[in-house]
Amino acid sequence: MATTKLAFIVRSLPYKTEASRLALTHAIASQTVEIYLKDGDLVEASVSYVGDGVLNCMKGQQGMKHYGITTIEGHAKNSLLLDMRVLICKEDLDKFGLTEDNILMDAEDIGGETKANIVAYSEIQKEMETASHILVC
Amino acid sequence: MGKLTIGTFSSLVGSLSLDFAVKLAEAAVKKGHKVDFWMSGNATMLAKKGQKAFKDYSFLAKTIQDLIATGNFQICACEACAEARGYHKEDCPDGFIRKSMDWYLASTFDADRVLHIGGD
Repeated sequence: MATTKLAFIVRSLPYKTEASRLALTHAIASQTVEIYLKDGDLVEASVSYVGDGVLNCMKGQQGMKHYGITTIEGHAKNSLLLDMRVLICKEDLDKFGLTEDNILMDAEDIGGETKANIVAYSEIQKEMETASHILVC
Repeated sequence: MGKLTIGTFSSLVGSLSLDFAVKLAEAAVKKGHKVDFWMSGNATMLAKKGQKAFKDYSFLAKTIQDLIATGNFQICACEACAEARGYHKEDCPDGFIRKSMDWYLASTFDADRVLHIGGD
């Protein structure tokens, strides 16, 4: 029995490229990875937003209205619903003038209990140091 | 010998990141390591058969076929990413795998190193 910890580090802007969306869909795929592994083995993913990547957490995204596609906000909400550890860099939010009020912090409306964490970059650094592998998107 | 898992989102032609990833895979396999190579997003373009070699553009198909022939190299495309781009199973070159994203995450489980190129 072993657990491999993957730290997805999202630093890409939302919608400009597919990278941040793929980070989330890959992280969420950790929920079904067991079909490939031995009993008891796990792959555990966390998602950290840094730099421009914090803009992926903005509330009220209108991807469906403007592009006919699901929002990154929706994927982020799903990651919380699945109890994934989500870290958002406080210094980078501050740079954009964003606060907890502007960003997706929970998935309560769809039954989620886990909340996103606004943390200093040093916490995200620790997350990377304790991960088995870092995946920057 | 070790196992290297490489994941990339970068496109064939238009970025040399995918070329770099393939060259790294080639070097690792030559040293006797095993490599799992995952393609998501625009990188799935590499999983389209019928690519032609031009001097101005990257041509990785031959290298990939040589790597597959070693038996130490697995290459897998994200099925949804490929389908969204109109690449179907019948468009896939011989030896390529198509799976969902959990294949990649499972590959990282016992990888000695993971190199993820998450941009275009």
